[in-house]
Amino acid sequence: MTVEPGGATTAAPVNQPGQPPVDPPSQLIQLLTPEGERIDHPDYPLDLTSAAIRDMYRDLVLVRRIDTEAIALQRQGELGIWASLLGQEAAQIGSGRALSPQDMVFPTYREHGVAWCRGIDPVKLLELYRGVSHGGWAPEEHKFHLYTIVIGAQTLHATGYAMGIQRDGAVDPDNGEAVIAYFGDGATSQGDVNEAFVWASVFNAPVVFFCQNNQWAISEPLEKQSRIPLYQRARGFGFPGLRVDGNDVLACYAVTKKALAAAREGQGPTLIEAFTYRMGAHTTTDDPTRYRLASELEMWKLKDPIERVRVYLARTGQADNDFFAAIDEEARKLGAGVREACRNMPDPPPMAIFENVYTQPNAILQAERDQYAAYLDTFEAEEGASR
Amino acid sequence: MTTLTVSKALNEGLRKALEDDPKVLIMGEDVGKLGGVFRVTDGLQKDFGEARLIDTPLAESGIIGTAIGLALRGYRPVCEIQFDGFVFPAVDQIVSQLAKMRYRSLGKLSLPVVIRIPCGGGIGAVEHHSESPEIIFAHTAGLRVVACADAADAFTMIQQAIRSDDPVVFFEPKRRYWDKGEVDTAADLADALPMDRARVVLEGTDVTLLTYGPLVRTSLEAALAARDDGPGNGHSIEVVDLRSLSPVDEETIFASVRRTGRCVVAHEAPVYAGLGAEIAARVTERCFYHLEAPVLRVGGFATPYPPSRLEDHYLPDLDRILDAVDRTFGY
Repeated sequence: MTVEPGGATTAAPVNQPGQPPVDPPSQLIQLLTPEGERIDHPDYPLDLTSAAIRDMYRDLVLVRRIDTEAIALQRQGELGIWASLLGQEAAQIGSGRALSPQDMVFPTYREHGVAWCRGIDPVKLLELYRGVSHGGWAPEEHKFHLYTIVIGAQTLHATGYAMGIQRDGAVDPDNGEAVIAYFGDGATSQGDVNEAFVWASVFNAPVVFFCQNNQWAISEPLEKQSRIPLYQRARGFGFPGLRVDGNDVLACYAVTKKALAAAREGQGPTLIEAFTYRMGAHTTTDDPTRYRLASELEMWKLKDPIERVRVYLARTGQADNDFFAAIDEEARKLGAGVREACRNMPDPPPMAIFENVYTQPNAILQAERDQYAAYLDTFEAEEGASR
Repeated sequence: MTTLTVSKALNEGLRKALEDDPKVLIMGEDVGKLGGVFRVTDGLQKDFGEARLIDTPLAESGIIGTAIGLALRGYRPVCEIQFDGFVFPAVDQIVSQLAKMRYRSLGKLSLPVVIRIPCGGGIGAVEHHSESPEIIFAHTAGLRVVACADAADAFTMIQQAIRSDDPVVFFEPKRRYWDKGEVDTAADLADALPMDRARVVLEGTDVTLLTYGPLVRTSLEAALAARDDGPGNGHSIEVVDLRSLSPVDEETIFASVRRTGRCVVAHEAPVYAGLGAEIAARVTERCFYHLEAPVLRVGGFATPYPPSRLEDHYLPDLDRILDAVDRTFGY
């Protein structure tokens, strides 16, 4: 069923000829309530086995553990900064597990949960936040593009990539390819995101726009970005938009799966607004106590994305205490491994600065490189230092 | 040899690139059915279809951003920015995304995207249609920046740019689109001068005149006037077409300046912090003992581009170039 955030069931509004379009109310698609109660939705039947839901629970716990470790590592000076995904685990794992291996992901800098689903070693994410690289993984191998820091820029890359899929004849309901672009509520104000909506719409590109509305763009609340619910923006661009409970991993899975299927079938883009909450700071340099109320945080704690899955699995007998204990132990080991790997991560050699700027030799750059190498050699001669 | 305008030479070069490589796409505003406002892509959509000649929505950031996505997918997009002054909405996508992708991916990704930009003034246009923004891109690591000046280079350099695995910003001399030149369309591209090399287009002994794009023709006219009994009387000017603005071809530049002992740089872009400043610094550093005079620069003023009725004062012409040449003999 379709419920409003308040819980009331609503009928879909009908547009009447000659009348202005009726804006639908804020319909929140939900399959698992904050209390862990499984509810059905006529448009989103769920095909997940118990084992698959247990796996998602494991994903949720492990990515939260990676996040906790990373915050601690930043506090200890091992990372320069960290962008926490706390509170957004379900949106990321649900959508991430809905992807087929051939689908391509264009993330922001906070998609650690999606990165996990794509098989990226969490230590590779830490490289970026430690300042060792700008992103060291192989994007095509994992079908997970590099993190993009400029807000919204990646939505155009995703759309272009999807246009490439069309040109490759790879839009196919069976094993076709689709693209998913992640971005946040703040990004919806960016020109690039709006341009991506226009492009995807007029070219009917196989792309899913997955907006994690975590309510805050650093200090700016949603009302600084929009007068209408974000998912309703899609209608003006000419493609469907929907709002899902972003803390409900099952619903996020189901709506993403369906949107990707539509893209594969040649039906073009969908905007998914995953209604969630940034439980932590924007990054480790931020102090949310300056701009938001603790009561808001307390309210969202009751909607925790992990707890509801645990309650559901336990109450329905799909998992026992041994299962939960094993996951906790796995998380502990993962955390220790990430911590150890981060602390032992070496700095790149200085001359790496000059690598990978161009595919072809560049005489100006080469001269600078040679000059700097010779300069460093003067220290080596004096001190036995190494580059 | 065929006689072609610069516009038609570009068109032929693009056609050849489209024929040679099915991954080449052309995208931009009005490039399809209309053939571009300067007709550079005339007839290409008819022959190669709408999937390869893409009339895009009117948003420059969108053009470059989606081109990046297409390049990540294995395509080689050639983007047209309709006029120089319209490139600025796309600067984030060019500077922060396109230019840096290879570096930030540790060499795992490269983006063979070409951005064609008709540049420069002299056509009596309204504002934002006559600018020379090349230094912004020359200052951005990860981009290659080139400028063609005549039909022969237009034909070969656009093909070389498309074959480059690095992103290329390709400047076209707007007011020279209808200049005709001899083009050998059958020549092997492998035998052509690489696009990162400058070319001595007129040999001389007294002063090196470095320029590019629309001012190459102006500089040639100035040099010929000086050799005749013109205002630059008696000076033998060597004209060098830089062709590549990033990287600049130091070898050719330095060799010429060491021969002549004098150097003038001419461009339409503002002199202040322009390419001429970079070249002057490099020539001074590397040719110091060969110089008879400081490197002089002639170009646009430190003003916004003026209304077109004043552009003849703003743009360096034959007389202003020869004035700078004369001044180098005053030391």
